[in-house]
Amino acid sequence: MSAALRTQVGQLARRSVLRTLRQPAQIVPALVFPLFLLAVNSGGLKDATSLPGFPTSSYLTFALAVPFMQGALFSVMNAGTDLARDIETGFLNRLALTPLRGAALLSGLLAGAVVLGLIQAVTYLAVGLIAGAELAAGVPGAVVIVALAVTTTVAFGTFGLFAALRTGSGEAVQSLFPVFFVFLFLSSMALPLDLIQTGWFHAVASANPVSYLLAAYRSLLIEGWDLGALALGFAIAAAVLAVGMFAASAALKTRLVRT
Amino acid sequence: MADESRERAGIEVEGLVREFKNGPRAVDGIDLRVAPGEIYGFLGPNGAGKSTTVLMLTTLLPPTAGTARVGGFDIVGEGGRVRGAIGAALQEAALDPLLTGREHMRLQTALHGLPKAERSERSTELLARVGLSEAADRKVGGYSGGMKRRLDLALALVHRPRILFLDEPTTGLDIQSRTALWDEVARLASAEGVTVFLTTQYLEEADALADRVGIIDHGRIVAEGTPAELKAEIGRPTVEAVPRDPGDQDRVARALRPFGEETRASHRTGASVRLEGGESQLADVVRALDAERIAIEQLQLHAPSLDDVFLAKTGRSLEGAGEEEAEAGSEEMEALRA
Repeated sequence: MSAALRTQVGQLARRSVLRTLRQPAQIVPALVFPLFLLAVNSGGLKDATSLPGFPTSSYLTFALAVPFMQGALFSVMNAGTDLARDIETGFLNRLALTPLRGAALLSGLLAGAVVLGLIQAVTYLAVGLIAGAELAAGVPGAVVIVALAVTTTVAFGTFGLFAALRTGSGEAVQSLFPVFFVFLFLSSMALPLDLIQTGWFHAVASANPVSYLLAAYRSLLIEGWDLGALALGFAIAAAVLAVGMFAASAALKTRLVRT
Repeated sequence: MADESRERAGIEVEGLVREFKNGPRAVDGIDLRVAPGEIYGFLGPNGAGKSTTVLMLTTLLPPTAGTARVGGFDIVGEGGRVRGAIGAALQEAALDPLLTGREHMRLQTALHGLPKAERSERSTELLARVGLSEAADRKVGGYSGGMKRRLDLALALVHRPRILFLDEPTTGLDIQSRTALWDEVARLASAEGVTVFLTTQYLEEADALADRVGIIDHGRIVAEGTPAELKAEIGRPTVEAVPRDPGDQDRVARALRPFGEETRASHRTGASVRLEGGESQLADVVRALDAERIAIEQLQLHAPSLDDVFLAKTGRSLEGAGEEEAEAGSEEMEALRA
């Protein structure tokens, strides 16, 4: 990476992080809403642990994987809305008049998602453990959970950037949020895949990549070290990141029509 | 073109056209030349094609046809070099409300590749020049419209551009902020030799600042020249006298008649003529009225304005045209955003 590109990425990342930290309205809902759902689900669905084959006696531990995914979905909205605002206000035109490179813009914008992902992951994990969840993989497992959460948050954030660049509208980006949430509900969010009895739901959840991301978190929380589940989780996060970056880069070329 | 020639190059535009899909022909074959160090005022109502022209000349919008060289570089083939030579404050003061003025400067100086040691010094210097030193560490969300425009100007200057594009820089500003911005733009041109391409819908702005003015309407340049030349094309000034006693209206008209053709007075009891000998006849007019012993309540000299020029060239007033074409302008911006 050239010195100029490093400077561009660094400066835009700094701006993205400052923006994120200066908008409590972005951070607070992304922390509170998933933790609220965790409290409701772990209280209401705790009897599910008595199902034969349920992997743990603590539904809280099982459900703790879900906030990491919900947090990643918030990054779609936050990263996308910030960029859409830059387009709407003309700030992107200001940047386009500098020798800025597209890669620097996208990487810099995602820096805010990294910080948000980090804050979210540490908070969810800390609150979960304080509430009594188990962490079978110990402290190294906690580090891997945070790493996976940040990767997933950034990966989903690229879809927010793509939507913003395609539409140029904050409202359009926000309308994506429920669509992404459907993916979460059609996954192994509430039950392990092998305990889902309804045929169509089992088929959809089995095909849904979110189920395997959840399995990666749960492997560390419930079992310890399942390298296969972890590798699949990281591979899916990397694949989502690659697809999202490709789509966002293509959309950026169309959006930045400078000659 | 040799580097030395480029250093002295301004703006050259030939047959520039921009058409939008399913939309209007926003710019319809314009030709213009702006000399280095000149302030060129691009005057027209909303939707006339001013902003579209600026977007093309700043490389943010490809032209449909025609050519343009800015700072000696072709806007299509050498976009990167054009951007290196220009600074621009576009129509909306595009600022991040969550960042401070100094943080904006830091970002802009870094993205323009200024050496790290120079960034802080340049930022401080420009913030002081636009009068934002005290507000530099406050978030821009709390700035007034005038402060935002001044920061916008400072940001456009960080890399010492030879050519500056200002798209309606004073729209919505109070008189004080407007005058401060005019002073700085005039200083940039006179003291630093910066070429300024300024779009405006304010007649007095073009009149006060521009060395030459181009009037654009429906995407075409309908008149071009110095403000004085354009006004001279329209004709001589008029003088209107309003007697203290309304019964003296005919006597006033008779006293004024030798000075030129009678024109329509704006005041109900006044009389008005076009001064065939120009403004220098005003003293003779006063003497003539005094000789007739007519008590005068108001005496007004009306010099031709750029609005008169616009009226003569397009058949309507610039003020009215602005409202009429605002809708067209918003359609144009929508097309740009799409």
